[in-house]
Amino acid sequence: MQFSRKPATVFAAGLVVALGATACGGSDNKATDNGGSKGNASAIVVANSSEPQNALLPANTNETGGGRAMQLLFRGLIDYDASGKPRNQVAESISSTDGQNFTVKLKSGWTFSNGEKVTSKSFVDAWNFGALVTNKQLNSFFFEPIEGYTAVNPADPTPDNTDDPLPKPTAKVLSGLKVVDDTTFTIKLAKAQASFPLRLGYTAFYPLPSGAIADPKKFGEAPIGNGPYVMDGAWAHKVAIKTKKNPTYAGVDKPVNGGVTLKFYQSADSAYNELLSNNLDVIDLIPDSQFKSFQNDLGARAINQPAGVFQSFSFPLYNKKFQGANAAKVRQAISMAIDRDLITKQIFNGTRTPAKDFSSPVINPGYDTTICGEFCTFQPDKAKKLLAEAGGLPGNKMTISYNSDGSHKGWVDAVCNSIKNTLAIDCQGKAYADFKSLRDPITNKKMDSAFRTGWQMDYPSLDNFLGPIYAKGAGSNDSLYDNPAFDALLKKGDTAASTTDAIAAYQDAERLLVKDMPAVPLWYSNSTGGHATTVENVKFDVFGVPLYTQITKK
Amino acid sequence: MGRYVIRRLLQMIPVFLGSTFLIFVMIHLTPGDPIQALSGNRPPDPGVAAQLREQYHLNDPILVQYWYYLKGVLTLDFGTSYSGQRVLDIMARAFPVTIKLALVAFAIEFAIGLPLGLIAGLRRGKLFDATTLISTLVIISIPVFVLGFVLQFVIGVKLGWIRPTVGEGAPLKELLLPGFVLGSLSVAYVLRLTRTTVAENVRADYVRTATAKGLARKRVVTVHLLRNSLIPVVTFLGADLGALMGGAIVTEAIFNVPGVGNTIFQAIKFGEVPTVVSFVTVLVMVYLLANLLVDLLYAVLDPRIRYE
Repeated sequence: MQFSRKPATVFAAGLVVALGATACGGSDNKATDNGGSKGNASAIVVANSSEPQNALLPANTNETGGGRAMQLLFRGLIDYDASGKPRNQVAESISSTDGQNFTVKLKSGWTFSNGEKVTSKSFVDAWNFGALVTNKQLNSFFFEPIEGYTAVNPADPTPDNTDDPLPKPTAKVLSGLKVVDDTTFTIKLAKAQASFPLRLGYTAFYPLPSGAIADPKKFGEAPIGNGPYVMDGAWAHKVAIKTKKNPTYAGVDKPVNGGVTLKFYQSADSAYNELLSNNLDVIDLIPDSQFKSFQNDLGARAINQPAGVFQSFSFPLYNKKFQGANAAKVRQAISMAIDRDLITKQIFNGTRTPAKDFSSPVINPGYDTTICGEFCTFQPDKAKKLLAEAGGLPGNKMTISYNSDGSHKGWVDAVCNSIKNTLAIDCQGKAYADFKSLRDPITNKKMDSAFRTGWQMDYPSLDNFLGPIYAKGAGSNDSLYDNPAFDALLKKGDTAASTTDAIAAYQDAERLLVKDMPAVPLWYSNSTGGHATTVENVKFDVFGVPLYTQITKK
Repeated sequence: MGRYVIRRLLQMIPVFLGSTFLIFVMIHLTPGDPIQALSGNRPPDPGVAAQLREQYHLNDPILVQYWYYLKGVLTLDFGTSYSGQRVLDIMARAFPVTIKLALVAFAIEFAIGLPLGLIAGLRRGKLFDATTLISTLVIISIPVFVLGFVLQFVIGVKLGWIRPTVGEGAPLKELLLPGFVLGSLSVAYVLRLTRTTVAENVRADYVRTATAKGLARKRVVTVHLLRNSLIPVVTFLGADLGALMGGAIVTEAIFNVPGVGNTIFQAIKFGEVPTVVSFVTVLVMVYLLANLLVDLLYAVLDPRIRYE
């Protein structure tokens, strides 16, 4: 049986793909149809989710289950509208003259649901808490760009020696964060990065009320936020989180329903059956088994739109097999040998969009279909020619590694067949039992075959698809791609005076990726979902999360 | 009798030690880094990962780790999962639900399997007997997940008679369908076991004697025949109780029951040693206790069996 990992990937920013969780809300939330056509402002919307894996703290929530709950309960300085455009929430303005020093001004009038005012301190304290290594927050690397991060999270000089004591942080707070007054604080980055404010909508940057840090465990069980909803009763572990409208919510997206109940499902299949029987209002995860039929089943109620998720397979460039003068050409030939259109249609029934660059169609400005151009287009003859020019693939054999717990076998086999039929090289999939067993050799840089990679954006901006994955020394640079020209272009983009200049530099960097092909772009995962006849106005954002506040219940 | 029970209970101590150690080692041997599993696709922050490894003693030799675990268990502290939840809390949430589900399945096995098996055994070779034999054969040959999905879709989605999944608090009436699916295979076995032993015993001397004494047929069948035919059935049911509790992974996933099977499945995926070891150990204990109960029941069913 298929325990579904969300879209075939993994979720960096958002969202480590929650697997599991469980049952559903009580009969009082049963999604009933009251017959009215106008939205009922007090009705509770029931949506699918999964048991959050960690305590509900902003800097510790890195998977979809917790992410959905945090999105209901908190708002950050900014958030993103349905098209991915950033808009101010708690922030009045975020300004900078040099891309390194930022001044954040807050709107007054925001409060936490316990009545406490949201001030500069709510943000600065929360971020300092998240960054300090001894607090063991999984998202702490999000604060890395801020000056002083290495003091609160020092690198272990001897990472291989596990017996010596861990390095002690030399500071408790980030030196780059300064509270000016109740509604103003400043951020100093370690190095200039003009796009930094764009990421401030991510969960890790949410504010915390003053009591949270004293007892994070207790707070994480029953968080008090500044978001559109507040917890309605305790978190029923493995069953549901119930929320109701926050009457003091000061954000621009005031809820038009009475609350949202997140019901936890172990498998997407059972959630889908609940949707069909109107026991669930909204689903943001269609089980693989229903890809073929869900658009028919749900008709206009089905949702299938691009999301900020990029799928690829990468090469371990640190392995001798993948080095050499012509290796990049071979990789380009492999890329041209893959019939993306056919595979996305046949295997995924149109729930993936063939890749034409290294980002995603939701990135605007930035997405450009000409960037990968012919190298991401199925061209059997050119592929054969290019491979011959490059002197063929050493050994005439390639392997793509994947984790077999995430329904990847289908497309890996299809991609391999496409390569095999076009280039006459032997291509095979290699299955690892589960996700963590696949990640082991990748993290330890011991891979000797191509491997599945995926990226879900942290924030809707082109640089988020490049820097974290392909920059030298970046956390998710699984290929160990190292191109000084690429890094220089990224830096040029980070320090550019205008967005247009920045995008141009990032796109130039992307063109280098096409040339070197450390990873072969495959497709973008769509967000798939739908809603029952009981609700209307269901839209998903570019992260694939429903815009809960705007859903109206009949 | 009392000494027998105490002896049996004492035997559980080495079994407990052995099973926890074996499971502990086996989970450690599974590939992959649990801290990586927490972090998803991107490598964990090295600083935070090192802190977490230290906290959960992941850098220590396996015997030392086992000692830490055992020390905790002796003070009824089963440790915490890598995501920071107390394993004791996780168990307190999962076990009641699964026990409820297992009991429903158990009751269904008993209520359907036993009477039907009795009737089939008494009417051996007749139409009723043939019908039950064929229908149980069908049930045995359908995999549980097929039965689960089909029944859920037909009864829950198409007909809308019940809710497709189990709701909050796992009310009894919502557990009926999952309970039936979970117990379906055992229903067939109980039925067939009962039928065979009844059919065999119906020609035994003591049944003929009882009938010759002029006892009512009802009394002959229930007290003399059934009671003596129950021993193999009870043996099966005892072993089955353990299987129902641990083996409900598929059923629990289909009907979204927040129980033991699902928790263990998730914990194995994430390499959560304390959770897996604690859950499996409790299951081993349940199994042993159920078997002890079965052994004691023998003496009740058959007065010739004595302990001591």
